[in-house]
Amino acid sequence: MGDFAGAYQWINIRYLLQGLWVTVSLSAVSIVFSVIFGSILGLLRYMKIPVLSLIVGFIIDIIRNLPLLLILFFTYFGLPNIGIRLDALPAAMVAMTVFESMMLAEIIRGGIQAVDPGQMEAARSNGLSYGQAMLHIILPQAFKKMIPAIVSQLISLVKDTSLATIIVLPELMYHGQVIYGQNTNYMVPIFIALTVLYFIVCFSLSVISRYLDRRLAA
Amino acid sequence: MWTIFTNNLPMFMEGLGYTLGASLLALLFSLIIGTVFALLQINPNRIARIIGRIYVEFFRNVPLLVITMFFYVVIPRLGIPLSGFAAGSIGLTLYTSAFIAETVRAGIQSVDPGQMEAARSNGMTYVQAMRYIVLPQAIKITVPPLGNQFINLVKNSSVLAFVAGFDLMYQGNLIASSTFETMSTYAIIGVLYLIITLPLSYGMTYLDRRWSGANKREEA
Repeated sequence: MGDFAGAYQWINIRYLLQGLWVTVSLSAVSIVFSVIFGSILGLLRYMKIPVLSLIVGFIIDIIRNLPLLLILFFTYFGLPNIGIRLDALPAAMVAMTVFESMMLAEIIRGGIQAVDPGQMEAARSNGLSYGQAMLHIILPQAFKKMIPAIVSQLISLVKDTSLATIIVLPELMYHGQVIYGQNTNYMVPIFIALTVLYFIVCFSLSVISRYLDRRLAA
Repeated sequence: MWTIFTNNLPMFMEGLGYTLGASLLALLFSLIIGTVFALLQINPNRIARIIGRIYVEFFRNVPLLVITMFFYVVIPRLGIPLSGFAAGSIGLTLYTSAFIAETVRAGIQSVDPGQMEAARSNGMTYVQAMRYIVLPQAIKITVPPLGNQFINLVKNSSVLAFVAGFDLMYQGNLIASSTFETMSTYAIIGVLYLIITLPLSYGMTYLDRRWSGANKREEA
């Protein structure tokens, strides 16, 4: 089936772990930025501000209905056409953040909309301002409902970082391909290693989500 | 931009055809496989439940690209020749089937368990009750999220570009690298993807609103 001892020699494992580090850091940075931008955009679309919300909604709908791979190509190969040249890592960060912000914005807007409108009315008639009612009454309830959807989107984000291999970003998938490219007997062991490493990262996210879900439900 | 579109029209159309073909093939098979694993997960048999769970967790937590590349580079070495298109479609099917299994399972479980009990106590077998009572109710709840899975599937089919699968993304890269008009080419590719995904997206939002509105009226 393959040369496991050769494929798993320390130099290869270390190379894979270096790739994993790039995958994890790219994911972490993209998660932080896309949660921030996603929340802002989701709120803007929800609040139905004339013109602004329509424009935001239009942009969200366009971008989230495009493949991430296309946005990645656009950022890395398209932008140099108009004089904006980004290295692989910043290009991947920009592409991931833009795409995932739009996906998260929709989830967040959906979560806020799912809160009974009576909650807002009750808060307002008790003298809270719109901002206070949003912050203290609506968002905490909405957040609980959103957690599973947000976490599965973040898991998708981690998995999708593998697409950046096509712009030669030295992340996990790319390093795996480099190793099995040297020796075809390494293919099966390396695919097993890639699967295990991605699985560990993604599955730990779902475990955290289940824990949060239980804590907040209690 | 228009000249790029008209000059390369056959390639764009071929790409659109392959993208749609792979998406529809993968949709069909992942619906079948996904429903089977959804039913396994809610099966009274514990071993069936464990098998269903492992399948879903495995494919949901591994990147589509890893699955697809496995079928593209490893499987042919074992003596089973697979074209890029075939490898891509198999990868898409397995990956999507895990998400569809979750969607269908959630749909079935949202049907009141009293429905199953009532059907069983009226003399139906488990299979009959599932087939005639539970599944028809579950479908209505399941259709809008399934639509979203199909949109994801169309977007994910761009992974075919990695394995020379002749899809839109692949053709786009060829055109971009031969014309050097990367910006315009990718913009055209984007519009072609949106032609498929946007109507689906708005259609699902509409259905979701209509059906959930109908449910609220029934409750009131």
